[in-house]
Amino acid sequence: MPRGLRRMLGSIGLYLLVAVIVVYTVFPFYWAVVSSLKGGQALFGTELLPRDPDLRNYVALFRDQPFGRNILNSVFVAGSVVAVSLALAAGAAYALGRVRFRGRAPILMVILGVSMFPQVAVLSGMFELIRWLGLYNNLLGLTLSYLIFTLPFTVWVLTTFMRELPKELEEAAMMDGATPFVTITRVFLPLMGPALATTGLLAFIAAWNEFLFALTFTLTNEMRTVPVAIALITGSSAFELPWGRIMAASVIVTVPLILLVLVFQRRIVSGLTAGAVKG
Amino acid sequence: MSVAGQAAGRTAIAPAAATARRGGLSGMEIRRQRAAWLFLAPMLVVLALVAGWPLLRTVYYAFTDATLFDLDYHGFVGLLNFRFLATDPDWWRAVWNTLLFTIVSLALETALGLIIALTLDARLRGRGPLRAAMLIPWAIPTVVSAQMWGWMLHDQYGVINAVLLSLGIIATPWAWVADPSLALWSVVAVDVWKTTPFMALLILAALQLVPGAVYEAAKIDGLGPVGTFFRITLPLIRPGLMVAVLFRALDALRVFDLMYVLTGNSPSTASMSVYARQQLVDFQDVGMGSAAATFLVLIVAACAALIITAGRVRFDSAGS
Repeated sequence: MPRGLRRMLGSIGLYLLVAVIVVYTVFPFYWAVVSSLKGGQALFGTELLPRDPDLRNYVALFRDQPFGRNILNSVFVAGSVVAVSLALAAGAAYALGRVRFRGRAPILMVILGVSMFPQVAVLSGMFELIRWLGLYNNLLGLTLSYLIFTLPFTVWVLTTFMRELPKELEEAAMMDGATPFVTITRVFLPLMGPALATTGLLAFIAAWNEFLFALTFTLTNEMRTVPVAIALITGSSAFELPWGRIMAASVIVTVPLILLVLVFQRRIVSGLTAGAVKG
Repeated sequence: MSVAGQAAGRTAIAPAAATARRGGLSGMEIRRQRAAWLFLAPMLVVLALVAGWPLLRTVYYAFTDATLFDLDYHGFVGLLNFRFLATDPDWWRAVWNTLLFTIVSLALETALGLIIALTLDARLRGRGPLRAAMLIPWAIPTVVSAQMWGWMLHDQYGVINAVLLSLGIIATPWAWVADPSLALWSVVAVDVWKTTPFMALLILAALQLVPGAVYEAAKIDGLGPVGTFFRITLPLIRPGLMVAVLFRALDALRVFDLMYVLTGNSPSTASMSVYARQQLVDFQDVGMGSAAATFLVLIVAACAALIITAGRVRFDSAGS
């Protein structure tokens, strides 16, 4: 009996710990959802469930601000960054993962170095470049500048995946007289589907969440992406605290991400570990 | 696999290629290498354009008195910007804030991450949903988590003050974000919330590579749970852990969003990135902003070198 009791206490303790972890990770988001549904004075109370939930915060967000436009901006920027990064990275990953040539190791080290250095380090140079290209306050300027953090990461992870594909595939293709281009597009790309989906998703999340460049390289409300819009939300008058709408906006941009994460959690974890733990 | 080995393999299946050998490489191999450079070129060009060139320009501007109003019209001022930087207490405050933030949050995240990973590594039901729950803070944009916590930590209406007051832990509401002595710790708390689960998942991945037989052997040898952790588990997951620590440290050193959204440009929490951007955009002083950014790069490089040598980090996956 004592041993059984001890084991039972042990597993109760374990599940208690698990419960604490879950509440800790999920509660802030839960509180944001609850707050976003409270209108008027109810927002300043602390009920765990809104007594009469209403959507006025959500309505105000789209009525008083170009928040719909901000969402479209974010979708466009993140989508285009993913497309460009994957296109450039797939070819590079073939070269770095499958072919031995002089200069390969230094190139990999440079890519790793770029993924390490701080974004603010290129801020003035990037500002100049974007202005010179006429892309200030333009979404394409964000697409271009975001490549600095999505490209090293996608190349690195895809190279890791590419190296693990069996070499017999390539040899068979070559025996049939396929050129390297055909080998990549017909043999490797179909096999890379899951890897491309994972890295694409991670790059999408990184671009969707980016703040510093978006804050610095855009000027008008219509060109803002979602994170900047959320950081700069104001009430309809100087006396109104805008917390209700901030929470509503937070919920709107986070729900799709959470759904993506829940659907692809296994892939995300494997992509993250390929990118980080294994190096 | 060596070049020679690859060429040999190629020769075995395609004898025709052997006749085209030049200097130990088959014609096929030479074609592959040419193709490799062709496929690499677009990526390298883009990387040079968006990373190399802006970085060089930033370092260049650090030695000028350029302003954002007119970047073209500027003079060369030598080390003047760096001399200003060295005498600006706000800059040293920013350096100190950043280092303190990095060390404290990294220590907390590693410790809590280890605890959570070990909990999840225990055989328990519902691990899948649990892992999904842990990805939520990671997926939430930093700006959003800063706002969510800003609201929870609000001095008048925040839920955290309400709970602490009702439990009698504090007597009057605390100004978590506005009080200069508390603000940096609030920022650390938000970062720990956002990043610990991510650390836990990386550590968990390393833990699951440890073969079960090792633990059984430890048990037979009479090693207790604490001994097993420090003598078996920790040394085995150390390589994975060190890479995670390295990437987190580099991430923490460039922190910007959290401070900017929670406390604006307030010097009590400003990080080096916040300081550099303030000089560059708000004060339009491209020279000073670039000097601060250049200094930050040097600090980041020094920290990376320190962690890589001290932690004996190896990038064995794609690197070798």
